[in-house]
Formats: sequence, C-alpha cells, structure tokens
Amino acid sequence: MAKVLEVRDLHVSFKTYNGEVQAVRGVSFDVNKGETVAVVGESGCGKSVTSQTIMRLLPSPPSMIKSGEIMFDGKDLTKLDEKQLEKIRGAEIAMIFQDPMTSLNPTMTVGGQITEGLMKHQKMSKEEAKKKAIEMLRLVGIPSPESRISQYPHQFSGGMRQRAMIAIALSCAPKLLIADEPTTALDVTIQAQIIDLMKELQEKVGTSIILITHDLGVVADIADRVVVMYAGKVVESGSLDEVFYQPKHPYTWGLLASMPRLDQSSDQDLQPIPGSPPNLLNPPKGCPFAARCKYAMKICTQEMPETSDVSSTHRVACWLQHPMAPKVEPPAMAVGGE
Amino acid sequence: MLRYTLKRLGYMVVTLWVIITATFVMMKMLPGDPLKSEKVPPEVRAQILKQYGLDQPLPVQYVKYLGNVVQGDLGKSLSFDGRSVTDMILEGFGPSAFIGIQGLLFGTVIGLILGSVSALKRGSLIDNASTFFAVLGVSIPNFVMAALLSYYVGVVWGILPPGLWESYEYSILPSLALSFPVIAQISRYTRTEMVEVLDQDYMKTAKAKGLERSAIIIRHALRNALIPAVTILGPLAINIITGSLVVEQIFAIPGMGELFVTSVINNDYTLIMGVTIFYSVLIVGVIFLVDLLYGVIDPRIRLSGAKE
Ligand SMILES: Nc1ncnc2c1ncn2[C@@H]1O[C@H](COP(=O)(O)OP(=O)(O)O)[C@@H](O)[C@H]1O
Ligand SMILES: [Mg+2]
Repeated sequence: MAKVLEVRDLHVSFKTYNGEVQAVRGVSFDVNKGETVAVVGESGCGKSVTSQTIMRLLPSPPSMIKSGEIMFDGKDLTKLDEKQLEKIRGAEIAMIFQDPMTSLNPTMTVGGQITEGLMKHQKMSKEEAKKKAIEMLRLVGIPSPESRISQYPHQFSGGMRQRAMIAIALSCAPKLLIADEPTTALDVTIQAQIIDLMKELQEKVGTSIILITHDLGVVADIADRVVVMYAGKVVESGSLDEVFYQPKHPYTWGLLASMPRLDQSSDQDLQPIPGSPPNLLNPPKGCPFAARCKYAMKICTQEMPETSDVSSTHRVACWLQHPMAPKVEPPAMAVGGE
Repeated sequence: MLRYTLKRLGYMVVTLWVIITATFVMMKMLPGDPLKSEKVPPEVRAQILKQYGLDQPLPVQYVKYLGNVVQGDLGKSLSFDGRSVTDMILEGFGPSAFIGIQGLLFGTVIGLILGSVSALKRGSLIDNASTFFAVLGVSIPNFVMAALLSYYVGVVWGILPPGLWESYEYSILPSLALSFPVIAQISRYTRTEMVEVLDQDYMKTAKAKGLERSAIIIRHALRNALIPAVTILGPLAINIITGSLVVEQIFAIPGMGELFVTSVINNDYTLIMGVTIFYSVLIVGVIFLVDLLYGVIDPRIRLSGAKE
C-alpha cells in the first residue's frame, strides 16, 4: 500500500520556565493511502503536539523539533521553510480542531472562510470559489448552503460549525486530513453524525485520515489502524483488530477495560487505570507506564523496552514481549468480543 | 442592522432633547443679563427683549427655541450685531473640524500600526519604545504637547509654522498635538487585544489553511483586534473635541475655541447656548457613529442588535 505519511522517531520539546517539557519522545507511525489511523491515549500524552508538528503549526519557540523526520510526498516536513509549508497546509494536509465554537473566525462569513483557501491554493476566482464553497457546504450536509454561506459562525449550531470546519478542511481535496478530537466538544447525538460524515466523505474523496480521539467507540467504528500513545511515546500500534482483540500492552488493556461496551451488563463498572501519567519535564528513564502497571518487573523501571514486532503490522513496546518475561494473560475485560 | 441603527438613533434624539432642555433651563436661571451692562432706557430695553422674544412666558420661549433649534436656527448673537449664531459656528467649525479629524486620523493610524507591531514583536525594542511612548502620551496633557511642538518644531527648528491659520501646513502641528493621547490609547488597546487574538484557536485554523502570515494578520487578527479600539474611538474623539478648545488657542487658530471663549466673556446667551448645543450634537453624534461602526465591524452585534 502506498504510504502517505511516515513519522520517524519524532521528538518534540517545549522550552518553559521550569525546564524542557519533552512532549513527544520518539513517535513513529505510518499512514497509508485512503486509510484512517486513530491515535488514542490519555489527555496530555502528546497527541495534539504530534499532529500539530506534522502540520508545523506550533510556534518555535517555545516548541522545538529535537529530532526525527516526517516524510510526506517525498519531502521531510521538518526541514521545510514557511513558504514551502504554506503550499502544503490546507492544500495537501488539512486539519480539524477540537472546538468548533472557537476555531472559526467570528467576524468573517462562513463562506469567506471556505473560499480563502480555495483562492489561495487553487487560484480560483471569487465566483468559482463561492460556487465551490456552496458545493462543499452541501456535501457536508448543511441545508440551504446558498444562504448559509453568507452567515457568520455564531449563526451556526455547534454541529453545523464542525461541519463547516470539515468543509473548509476538505475544500482543496487534501491527501491527508488530521482531525484532533473533532467530536469531543459536541453533544453525543451530534458526535455520531460527525463521525458518520467523516466516514462517508472519506469514501467519496479518498483522503487518508489521522483521527485523534480518546473515544474508543469511535475508533472501533471508523479506524483501520490504531496507534496507542502514552507519555509522548507510541506503546502499541497495529490494525484495529490486532489492537482491539489481541492487545499486548498493559496500557492498552487498561484503556480497553475503561471503554463502555454494548455487551457489558450494567453492574459491571468501567475501570479507569489508577494513577496518573509521569511528568514530562522529567520523564522516567524506564517504561513510563511502569509506575501504573500491575505487571511491572524490575527491568521496566530501569530501561525503556525496545519496540518489537508481534506481526508485520502489529508493534508493541513492552518488556513482557521479551522471551525471558513471564507469560501474562490480559484480563478478560480488556479483550473485546471473544 | 436597521433595528440596531433605529434604536441608536432613538437614544440619540432623546439625549439631545434632554441636553437642549437642560441648557435652556440653566441659561434662564443664570444671574446676569446681556443688556444690564449698558445703560438702556426701559422702552428700548422692552423693545430689544421683544425683538428677541424674551418678553414672552418661558414655556412659549422654550417651545419656540426648540422649534428653531430643530430647524438649525440657533438664534441671533447678542454681541455681534445680531449675526446668526448658526453661521458663526459653521465658520469657526471649519478649522476646528479639520485639525480634529486630521488629529484623530493621525492618532488612529499611527496607534494601530504601533500596537500591532508591538503585539507581533513582543519584548522587542519597538514594543518597549511604544510602551514608553504610550505612557508619555496619556500622561502629558495635549496643551503641553501643543506648546512644546509650537515652540520647538515651529519656533526653534522652524520646520512648520508655529501658529495661525493660512494653509495646510498650519494644520499639521495642532493635529499632531491632538493626536498624542490617541496614539497612546489606540496603540495600547490594539496591542493588548492583538496579543489575545493571536492566541485564539481560529488563528491556528487560518494558519492550517496555508495562508501567508500577512494575510492571517490582516484578514483574521486585525479585524478582531480592532473592535475594542473602535469602542474607545468615541471617548477619544470627544477628548479631541474638548482638547482642541485649548490647543487652538495655543496655535492661534480662529476656530470653535475662540468662539467659545469670546461668547462667555461677552455674556452672549444665544452664542453660548448655540455653542453648547452644537458641541452636544457633535459628541452625541460621535457616540452614535461609533456605535454604528462597532456594528459594522462585529457581525454578532450587527445582527442581533442586542449589545448594550
Ligand atoms: N505550549 C506548551 N508549552 C509547554 N508544554 C506544552 C505545550 N503544549 C503542550 N505541552 C505539553 O505537551 C504534552 C502533550 O500535550 P498534548 O499533545 O496537547 O496532549 P494531548 O494528547 O492531550 O493532545 C502535555 O504534557 C502538555 O503539557
Ligand atoms: Mg489534545
């Protein structure tokens, strides 16, 4: 399968008064053409920093790309200058943010916010861009787009705004769409609609998607592959089935156990993982999850485990994979379906 | 927008009516009499009072006066051979309006540029210099500024005329003097607001669209940062209007300032009332305009008409 994006050993830090926050510490993953990769993990594990680094949206200072590469279309995005990046942003890679209430400019019409990208990247005239904007609004399911186009964001509901954001993002037919928790700020009923819309549009447009979320229900619904992040690292990645049905990392077990499921009887409570992630100002030298891990061994606190291949697509960074480690069965709660 | 405009217009009319009425009542209550100083025989006095309609009962005078004011007739001056007060004001208003508007323009443009640059280059030399300048601008009264400018730029260095009113050059120094507090305030407001706007999520959206930095700032940041600057434009314009009374005197400009001072010295009732009402109209008008401008810039206000 053709690779659209390859992130290799990416390290990103922030310079702060208290020292260097190592937000992303060696993240690697690929995105293939037309697929949806879900990035999951608790809040603060570096999902947004990773995605915004791909688009090079983080101001520097305070952010710094310490090392690693982000290959897109034969180019290393970490090496491009602003001028080159402007050609890629919005045109080849587009992004949807978490809060549609604040992500649209309140003093510009929704139409204006769609057309400006089209005029810039596709050199459309105002009229052409307007036509295209109406078409995009219709595509994302906004009724009477001809009149909606000249309205302002405050005249749209939250769900409508997120649809408009999707219209903006997809207007130039990007190869890659990054959606950073696109439904977190929305009502539950609207969340499903937005996810369905993304699924439908992906089939129509053929864009690859990186979907950042901590809603595992959404992941199960839409993802082809899953990347599990913890404390700035990828602890496990693989196809949806591999990560959901044969999870190898205790953190993934924990996440899955905390996920509400249809087949769950109501008296079975969700089990959040006890404890909290390490401070990234001074991350532990061993496995960052060791302090919260029921199965932690001596080695876990001393040395970071290598990433090992479970299958050609399934990778995990855990000492339990080592041939000398004891055999541990995942708790039943963590394994979906079977 | 129509509803919003009508509502503002309504407020304006009511405010003006209150001011005109209050001015009328106060003038009637004031001790002193324009005819007292001269030794006039009672018949002549009665004749003059009749001529100006001052012999009639107050309510009648009031209604008549109000009717005339609405038609733009402010009566006849008591000290300048019965010249029309409206004419006198319009004559004096020319130079005053010119230096005032030009001062506001200088101040707004320079202030916006300084404030934006400061926000974009936080902590830079320009930022610090403009902070320093802003402190000076708000703390030094503009008549001091006027005197300094007139003396140094006008007299000592001889770059521009230090006073009088003959050609365009004569307007630059007075306008500059008036613009200082405007520069100071507008640049502070713009800086604060710009810093806040640059941090908003929609700025990230704009960047993610691949827009150039200049387009992001001009199209997305500036307009949002402008809203609070527009709200202080009203008070600033009013500052200029009142400040120019003194600044005009320093530059010896034959404007409203001179008219106002002479009217008070001569106890010229109609002229004082005329000037007062004219100023009120001006100030209330400025407030109205700023409210409208606010609506134009911020669609949330324009469309709801709700902002109080
Ligand atoms: N501007 C910043 N300055 C310092 N630390 C930051 C900054 N932005 C993010 N971080 C830190 O980076 C880590 C990852 O953040 P983020 O990627 O936003 O997490 P999430 O997975 O919830 O999206 C967090 O620990 C956060 O505190
Ligand atoms: Mg995030």
